Amino acid sequence: MTARRLIVGPFNRVEGDLEVTLDIADGMVREARVTAPLYRGFEQILGGRPPEDCLVIAPRICGICSVSQSTAAARALAAIAGAAPPPNGRLAADLILAAENAADHLTHFVLFFMPDFAHQTYARRPWFAAAQRRFAAGHGECARALVPARARFLHLMGLLAGKWPHSLALQPGGVTKGVDSGERIRLLSILAEFREALETHLFADRLERIAALASRADLDAWAGAEAPDRGHFRLFLHIARDLGLSGLGRGPATFLSYGSFGLWPAGVTVDGRTAALDPAGIGEDLTSAWMAGPTQPDAFKDGASSWCKAPRLNGAVAEVGALARQVVAGDPLATALAANGGSVLARVVMRLVELARLVVAMEGWVRAIRPAEPFCEESPLPLRGQGSGLVEAARGALGHWLTIEAGIIRDYRIIAPTTWNFSPRDAGGCPGPLEQALAGTPVDPGDRNPVAVQHVVRSFDPCMVCTVH
Amino acid sequence: MSEAFSVLWLQAGSCGGCTMSALAADDVGLVAALDRFGIRLLWHPALSAQSGPDALDILADAAAGRIAVDALCVEGAVMTGPNGTGRFQMMAGTGQSTAAWIAAIAAQARHVVAVGSCAAYGGIPMAGANPTDATGLQFLGFDGAGLLPRSFVARGGLPVINVAGCAPHPGWLVETLAELALSGTCALDGLGRPRAFADHLAHHGCSRNEFYEFKASAARASDRGCLMENLGCKATQAPGDCNLRRWNGYGSCTDAGYACINCTTPGFQDCGAPFLETAKIAGIPVGLPVDMPKAWFVALAALSKSATPQRVRTNAHADHVIVPPIHRPPRSP
Repeated sequence: MTARRLIVGPFNRVEGDLEVTLDIADGMVREARVTAPLYRGFEQILGGRPPEDCLVIAPRICGICSVSQSTAAARALAAIAGAAPPPNGRLAADLILAAENAADHLTHFVLFFMPDFAHQTYARRPWFAAAQRRFAAGHGECARALVPARARFLHLMGLLAGKWPHSLALQPGGVTKGVDSGERIRLLSILAEFREALETHLFADRLERIAALASRADLDAWAGAEAPDRGHFRLFLHIARDLGLSGLGRGPATFLSYGSFGLWPAGVTVDGRTAALDPAGIGEDLTSAWMAGPTQPDAFKDGASSWCKAPRLNGAVAEVGALARQVVAGDPLATALAANGGSVLARVVMRLVELARLVVAMEGWVRAIRPAEPFCEESPLPLRGQGSGLVEAARGALGHWLTIEAGIIRDYRIIAPTTWNFSPRDAGGCPGPLEQALAGTPVDPGDRNPVAVQHVVRSFDPCMVCTVH
Repeated sequence: MSEAFSVLWLQAGSCGGCTMSALAADDVGLVAALDRFGIRLLWHPALSAQSGPDALDILADAAAGRIAVDALCVEGAVMTGPNGTGRFQMMAGTGQSTAAWIAAIAAQARHVVAVGSCAAYGGIPMAGANPTDATGLQFLGFDGAGLLPRSFVARGGLPVINVAGCAPHPGWLVETLAELALSGTCALDGLGRPRAFADHLAHHGCSRNEFYEFKASAARASDRGCLMENLGCKATQAPGDCNLRRWNGYGSCTDAGYACINCTTPGFQDCGAPFLETAKIAGIPVGLPVDMPKAWFVALAALSKSATPQRVRTNAHADHVIVPPIHRPPRSP
């Protein structure tokens, strides 16, 4: 038996900075420690400012989850102001958030996750030539077709939110931009173009067929119904079967979701049983974080290993993300794929299935907009109050907790999706979801950059800039 | 072009938003948009294949001058704290601060490009008490020196090129890099911004122009009126051709009904008043349009307010057109 320690970084094709320390023995990872090496201090920056400034500052925590951060901030303010957006405002805000979630899911698959299968490690696999042609970073066919499709899809952001990232269109009382009848048609046109790109290149099938996949057998039957290279999703399923990705990256069997769009309810699922979520059970453990207090950094703290705090639900580790969202919602495919906890396959499949479902839903929301009816209501803030904004970002549960006193922000706390997934060990020594998922990952002797580790890490679609803010 | 123009991209204390913005460049994406000008990414943290040790080999070669870097692009503020150690951002896998890596590669690169207002001037991370001692590459806010001295000149003869904005328009970045690739230089203003976009104001081409002319002002979010008088809009002071081009195909900040926050200017993050309210003294906005004498502004504003057509006045306080323009047959002279 040879034991060694491997420090892997910089991890690219993740959003932000990440380092992973692996203790390897007997050809597999025994223990993993996740380090988030960047701290910016957003919780400190927000304190003492006028409350509405969070609408400017908070989205700038993250360039890829910008709208999700805006949404959480707007909802926290709305909770304090007692504001409720009118129906048009809700529809427009949902469209903006769904566009970000959908674009992020696509970005993850096309640019971040799939290029690893074009790695020389797989040169002898029968699908390697196809994977290289399709998924090679930068110039693969998949990126060449779908990066422009994504850019054109984001025209929806231009129209509804002015720009992406970092819009101020999302307000506690709704949105700043009304939609007229011509713009409503243009939105449908943008969605139609995006649908066509997804149905042509990604799925080689109707979105409705993907959205309706309802069991492991159904998924396998769909994958086997046509040649393996019909659509990037099918080729991925083919590769995943060959490499056994359903057995790689096993996470904790606890899933958390704040619920999204009225489509997928909030809740927590533990070992297959789903219960209501009580946000009061959410806490942050600072044991392994370079933090002296909730918002006070200490770069030289003994025993700490990451800027990431460790969120826990009633003391327990939980995984968040598209898979968690669908498991908590009782989706049969997600439930089947994650019966014993998440896997690389389960996370990637549910992201793409959710992408199909989102676009179908968005088409309905645009049709429901009623031009000439209000998009925003006034939402004056009291001088003091407490509120929270809970939202599902593409990567999972995002929460803002805001306290206002004397008309300024007294306290601002942020717990982001990857803070959950990439959390370090807590006071009880319990590793976070990625640390658990990496244990058991095979590593060849002498390999200083094991590709299976890359698959596991990227299957979570980490956003490190949100993680530590 | 015989040889590719090589770009190495590092993310300092960033949100990644500049990369995300650039991913939609010209509706084809950053890689394809740059490829048209023979520009290749040596390595980009979000887009390249190489990870871990393979990526570090590239960075080490760049820092040692073993591979040519035509442009070092840095996204995000440089974290120099705590106490000058740079420990708030360590380059993964190296045990060294990202600040140290940036300084080493900047010394070798032909051009150094700050992508976004964080890399240019410090930006959002240096807001308030600047808890991480964040700084820009060559500027700390308006006046101070950043990671590099104010006298810094890259090997290609230019100071740090500040493609400011939060996030900058992808066109600003692509056009700056293409200009460097084509001509080897780039005209900059006094704050290091490419004049191609910084010689304009965000106000130019604003679709709310009629409301501005008559000072028919929005009173609350989603109103169609001018955003300057009440809702904090600084477009008349903000460098950028924001409304002379489209963002994400269709929009702009003011098009979408919210204030320009002057994000291309050093110090925008601490503007001294709530972002979404116009700071005023005696009812007059503190921030007047640039180059405009105050007395004239006050006089013209009063005059135009008294001349505001009912249509403009009404529509300024609605989120859709209530009163359409009157229809008259065309007149002959």
